[in-house]
Amino acid sequence: MRLFPAWAAWRGVREMSESILPLVAENLRYQVNGWSLIEDISLTVGEGTFTVVLGPNGAGKSLLLRLLHGLIEPSSGKVGWNGEVASGDGMLRRRQAMVFQRPVLLRRSVEANVRYALKWQGVPRPERRAAIDAALDRAGLAGLRRVPARLLSVGEQQRLVVARALAGDPDILFLDEPTASLDPASVQQIEALLVEANARGTAVVLVTHDIGQARRLGREIMFVHRGQVIESGPADLFFGQPRTAAAGAYLEGKIIV
Amino acid sequence: MGDIQAAFSLAAGLIFSGDADLFEIVGLSLSVSVTAVVIACAIGMTLGAAVAVTRFPGRPAVIVFLNALMGLPPVVVGLGVYLMLSRAGPLGVLGLLYTPTAMIIAQTILVTPVVAALTRQVVEDLHHEYDEALKSLGVKGVGLVRTLLWDARYSLITVALAGFGRAVAEVGAVIIVGGNIDHLTRMMTTAIALETSKGNLALALALGVVLVGISLAVNAAVSGLGGVAGRARNV
Amino acid sequence: MMLIAMTVGGEAADRPFIVVQSTTSTQNSGLFDFILPKFRAKTGVDVRVVAVGTGQALKNGRNGDGDVVLVHARAAEDRFIAEGFGIERRDVMYNDFVIIGPPADPAGIRGMKNAPAGLAKIASAKMLWVSRGDNSGTHIKERALWRASGVDPTGASGTWYREVGSGMGATLNTAVGMDAYTLTDRATWVSFRNRRAFEVMVEGDSRLFNSYGAMLVNPVRHPHVNAIGGRAFIDWLAGADGRAAIAAYKVRGIQLFHLSAQ
Repeated sequence: MRLFPAWAAWRGVREMSESILPLVAENLRYQVNGWSLIEDISLTVGEGTFTVVLGPNGAGKSLLLRLLHGLIEPSSGKVGWNGEVASGDGMLRRRQAMVFQRPVLLRRSVEANVRYALKWQGVPRPERRAAIDAALDRAGLAGLRRVPARLLSVGEQQRLVVARALAGDPDILFLDEPTASLDPASVQQIEALLVEANARGTAVVLVTHDIGQARRLGREIMFVHRGQVIESGPADLFFGQPRTAAAGAYLEGKIIV
Repeated sequence: MGDIQAAFSLAAGLIFSGDADLFEIVGLSLSVSVTAVVIACAIGMTLGAAVAVTRFPGRPAVIVFLNALMGLPPVVVGLGVYLMLSRAGPLGVLGLLYTPTAMIIAQTILVTPVVAALTRQVVEDLHHEYDEALKSLGVKGVGLVRTLLWDARYSLITVALAGFGRAVAEVGAVIIVGGNIDHLTRMMTTAIALETSKGNLALALALGVVLVGISLAVNAAVSGLGGVAGRARNV
Repeated sequence: MMLIAMTVGGEAADRPFIVVQSTTSTQNSGLFDFILPKFRAKTGVDVRVVAVGTGQALKNGRNGDGDVVLVHARAAEDRFIAEGFGIERRDVMYNDFVIIGPPADPAGIRGMKNAPAGLAKIASAKMLWVSRGDNSGTHIKERALWRASGVDPTGASGTWYREVGSGMGATLNTAVGMDAYTLTDRATWVSFRNRRAFEVMVEGDSRLFNSYGAMLVNPVRHPHVNAIGGRAFIDWLAGADGRAAIAAYKVRGIQLFHLSAQ
């Protein structure tokens, strides 16, 4: 479901349902100084999916996310999108969004931050006001719209960041441990935002080391360990019967090296 | 020292009696230095921000060079500009020597590296903070520079004030290219130099007090306009 | 930028003007502040004085950065004319140089009428002496006096002989500050306000004669020179009105510049 028809036209979408997904990664490898940090990862992310990337710290989850989102170039291998639609880097940028572990906000008001993102996400000027209102309402921040963003609490800031990322109605949203240091109320609010966005058609790829969060949200799980996806599949199967020893140990709360 | 006390009361006397000569040289000092700072900021902030966000071969050398230029001796700049603007020099036909315009040119040359080098550091720090998030949005080029410059605005106000300090305090450049001509190119610092050379030490010191007072006033006004206050609000 | 220059210059920007390259001693004496308004009232021409050392004034004249040069170093002026940089030299005015020193007079030269002998005494006693050291008219005169004294002080530069490379006023500040002797033109000394009880030690020697000459920067060499304005100024200086103005300039009752024969 896309919310703004005129904007959809602006984005050059022939049918409303055409998206840059599926995302197909083939044989991704990332090396630094001879160290192989990502080892031959291939995966697919389909439209409307909710994928949780799980694994211990240092496994390469954040790196993988950045490779998929296009922030870093792989040493070898390829990240491919839905060919006909995703032509030109501008389109790819506009249809994706990413949320980082610590909220990154500009020194301006709450609503100005959202407006800035909408501008770069290609939302035409007349539609921005409505998009800002919708985003702030959904995040429960409407009353704070004029407040300088940096004065918000950390939880509110991260909510704003998520709302800002979703304001442009992206095809896919990447999140790198977005709730790692937040209070439970904020975690709950942000998870609700993600579920809601996913229901509206945005694919979500969420990196976390919080098993509880993975259980709550994930429909697909990718388990990453030492730079490789050693197990992936539907969530209930993964949690019910992990196929690999490492995944099993991890789910039992053991430290795997 | 009696001289210092005399200086303060002299300074007060000059200001409150509305001494026309004093107001003339104060006016010239401000108009020359403020103009130079405005131009220097336009050039320097753009240049500094561009260097901050762009990777190009030789970048570290450029940064070292920019930082070093902050220490350009004013008298050397004055000499260089004089050689350019002299009738015997390449730009002599413009007839700019011994005019306020020449002084603005010299001060702009002095202030631009200060603004550029400091802006580069400020913007680069900010760039690191925002790098991934902005890349994620697809922000680059001119848009990136504008975003970072606006976000750094409170720090950049201080950078501009640093440039202003450099301009309003120097005498070496403006005295060579301006000639310290009465009612035309005589500014606060050159007037102080002149009165000192006449042995009028109390008056020279009084003018110095006035100059420091003006610098204080300018800084207070700019900070009051939301610099410091705004910073506190917007962290 | 032009707008600033014009608003700041005010009417000065539209009025005809000439640039006169002159010396710090002449400016510090206050003569220009006194006589130039009279010239402007008479002719409507603004005189913009750039006061630097004689050496720099002549160099600026060579570059064409001025219309008139008014300095006090006859030999250097003659060279300026001979090399084609200036024309129409006129004697304008004269006064004298004096040697000033600390009230204690450790070299014992007070009242001497023989300047080179006084310098020799200072040198033999190794008393502190400050030299302009900047190729100014004063400096050139000082070097001539040293030659006449038979002593070459430059070997002692940095010890008792201190070359400051500054204008007359700055040099006086330095001499007074370090309790040293120095050579100065009388006009600057009389108008100087930081004397700290220093006095004239040696005066009246005919070799201390200080003569000022004005020259027009050669308009053939530098076509942009305001020859009309420049000539008007030099003629005024040498004419009845200018001479009256110069003679009328007194500081504390003392006439600082005397008129040269025309």
